Amino acid sequence: MTVALDAKIPKAPIEDMWEKHRFELPLISPVNRGRFEVIVVGTGVAGASLASTLGELGYRVKVFTYHDSYRRAHSVAAQGGINAAKNYRGDGDSIFRLFHDTVKGGDFRSREANVYRLAQVSAEIIDQCVAQGVPFAREYGGLLATRSFGGVQVSRTFYARGATGQQLLLGSFQALARQVAAGTVELHTRAEMLDLVTVDGRAAGIVVRDMLSGEISAHSAHAVVLATGGYCNVYFLSTNAKANNASAIWRAHRKGARMANPCFTQIHPTSIPADHEFRSKMTLMSESLRNDGRVWVPKQERDTRAPDQIPANERDYYLERRYPAFGNLVPRDVASRAAKNMVDEGYGVGPLANSVYLDFAEAVERVGRDTIKERYGNLFEMYQRITGEDPYEGPMRIAPAPHFSMGGLWVDYNLETTVPGLFAIGEANFSDHGANRLGANSLLQGLTDGYFVLPSTITSHLAPLLGTEPVPSDHPAFGEAEAAARERVRRFLATKGSRTVDWFHRELGRTMIEHCGMTRRAEGLQRGIAEIRALREEFHRDVLVPGENESLNQSLEKAGRVSDFFELAELMCRDALHREESCGGHFRVEHQDEDGEAKRNDEDFSYVAAWGFAGEDAESTLVKEPLEFSYAKPTQRSYR
Amino acid sequence: MDLTLRVWRQEKSEARGRFKVYRVTDVRPDMSFLELLDVLNDRLTLAGEEPIAFEHDCREGICGTCGLMVNGHAHGPQLGTATCQLHMRLFSDGDTIVVEPWRAAAFRVLKDLVVDRSPLDRIIEAGGYITVSAGSAPDANVTPIPKEAAEAAMDAAACIGCGACVAACPNSAAQLFTAAKVAHLGLLPQGQPERWSRAESMVETMERFFGSCTNHGECEKACPKSISIDFIAMLNRDFVRAKWKNRSLAGQKR
Repeated sequence: MTVALDAKIPKAPIEDMWEKHRFELPLISPVNRGRFEVIVVGTGVAGASLASTLGELGYRVKVFTYHDSYRRAHSVAAQGGINAAKNYRGDGDSIFRLFHDTVKGGDFRSREANVYRLAQVSAEIIDQCVAQGVPFAREYGGLLATRSFGGVQVSRTFYARGATGQQLLLGSFQALARQVAAGTVELHTRAEMLDLVTVDGRAAGIVVRDMLSGEISAHSAHAVVLATGGYCNVYFLSTNAKANNASAIWRAHRKGARMANPCFTQIHPTSIPADHEFRSKMTLMSESLRNDGRVWVPKQERDTRAPDQIPANERDYYLERRYPAFGNLVPRDVASRAAKNMVDEGYGVGPLANSVYLDFAEAVERVGRDTIKERYGNLFEMYQRITGEDPYEGPMRIAPAPHFSMGGLWVDYNLETTVPGLFAIGEANFSDHGANRLGANSLLQGLTDGYFVLPSTITSHLAPLLGTEPVPSDHPAFGEAEAAARERVRRFLATKGSRTVDWFHRELGRTMIEHCGMTRRAEGLQRGIAEIRALREEFHRDVLVPGENESLNQSLEKAGRVSDFFELAELMCRDALHREESCGGHFRVEHQDEDGEAKRNDEDFSYVAAWGFAGEDAESTLVKEPLEFSYAKPTQRSYR
Repeated sequence: MDLTLRVWRQEKSEARGRFKVYRVTDVRPDMSFLELLDVLNDRLTLAGEEPIAFEHDCREGICGTCGLMVNGHAHGPQLGTATCQLHMRLFSDGDTIVVEPWRAAAFRVLKDLVVDRSPLDRIIEAGGYITVSAGSAPDANVTPIPKEAAEAAMDAAACIGCGACVAACPNSAAQLFTAAKVAHLGLLPQGQPERWSRAESMVETMERFFGSCTNHGECEKACPKSISIDFIAMLNRDFVRAKWKNRSLAGQKR
């Protein structure tokens, strides 16, 4: 069977696409909006901004989150900032430049039309957030301050100290709180989505577990939106929050939604290194630190001297040396790989020799301790709490850690997946970041999708349904999905094996970081797949999930998530194996030039790989969406 | 190091809780407090006992999900630190550590160390926002905001909604939480149109759930973001002024 993917890219010059498309989309009159029900899963910046906007427009919205409150999602932890093509600095920024930087930063593996729209809407996002009272940093004259981020040479990143994500999330949380109070949005907290329900191949609703009572129930709607974030917790140790998981998108994938570019994951260069085996997560230190911090390692291998004992001429500022144009501000993938090379070659520092230095001594001297404190105070504090070391006195130690998944559910220009009526927004979809996300673009994408894009494009699906009721939740498809979910829970509890869920998760993470992490090679990926399969089989035979379904059971919650991670992990390896090129975060050792830089293969791989589920033990089916670059001409990325 | 933990165990809201004693050996000083609980939970699971339920998520001190009473202190003994950022180097070999859930009537215990903090969300829903629909905002730089005002607003906005202020308060008052949001929005020009309705409505909703503030100041000390109780003074002033401003005729609310 051949399936063609229609990305529904409007036929118009790129600057006019969004305008034209919005005009051509059907409208739903205010009096009719209340006749449509929409389910939104997830309350990060994408989900909360969407749900509040739909509620305000007059739709009936049901929101689900597994958190105790809808203010907790991991958007909250984004530190550095949000990009917008405001050109407030007059430094040559423009919509086209943000578009171009994003496409280039993504190593020419994203869809031009979507990225251009992202850049176009960016300015409005800042307006919206300021109007909501987001306390962005300001200059003494009272105007908004900006800073620069990796991979760009203009200053377009707006920020709120080191807690931009928190403030933007609170902005959308508060907007959603207003709708909850107004009664347009029905809120379900501590409710985890266990499955997507489809009827005749179309999204009809979801199955949800109440995490306190264990009750499993079905909810139907005219449309289902997944705003459930990324899947970097497949690596166990990542910068993601502990509960982040892929289950919502993976369950949707099993019901027919194609997964796009699952191997595209981003390893962030500046995380606090794991110094012991009990480390439960990696803590990110914002990329913005690289504005003022200089990255170095000792020139001498296995140098165990304290950093202050190493004189300047015995330090290798390797990013500045190798990439004089961008220096410490090269994009994340480049910085991470460079750090890995240094560590692999024996120049790593710290107790496990697995990190590099990020040094602020010069910046403190240049602008003063107070300025540095104002810029990064909370990050420095966080570093000190975790490591017990004071970064004002000596350099920080940093190491790469999985951070963001560029891959996700395939969506068209309307953000609709291959299951009609199922939409994916924010990190849950694949659309805008290609093979590598630029810093400060993820908050932008989540808010753009939620405030401006999907509220417009969702009418393409809803308008023709006017006058119809959602499939009733007593339709047999719901009963079957509920029964399957109950059976799955029963099996986890009944296995009564000998190893904890966390043990399996750690093992899976180890396999994934080794074979499908910062560098990948064919035989490693093959071995990875074999290991994942063996581990998955062992998991279903030997996992120990204590307790019962009928009360708060955190082990049971984790079991479902890890079980899905196994299946996703295998697909990630398969995708990485098939992509015989190096691009962005995907670095195949077989494909590099003499300087060790990534070698992209545009002739054969300039496409989105969209995988379809064929069964737990069957090989996924691949469909390609060819990528065309008419405005940002593919070049080899050079940051030298 | 070796530690003794006295942990509150409670099956569900309606059940009677009690302390259980656990010994944990070979604790590393560079482990976080939650990693200590992870290790203990692994051992309990393998020994056939139900692991201790506790909430956490980002483990970076920003999501506000975690929160335990550690030796009687909300979030433990270190100032300006959420439980997830608490590290074992603060403790010594042989210590006994008492671990309890947040203590407040408004926060019902759900299981072990997990409580229901949803009343805090009800306070935000009562007015902790600025009304602006998507697409209607003017250019972001049209209203300059003095740096000092923006910084003060950010100081208040830093609240992570963890509920430590309530847990630390002898009256279980939520004044600091409420004040932080009222001040964040009230200090900004964008927040002015709804300033008085917000203050009145949020305070009155707060009082439905929580106790009254009697200026003990425990909240400020417990706050992982060190939010100042000066904001409570601002809240009180705004509330009183709101009571005047919000009535159009004597004795009648608008």
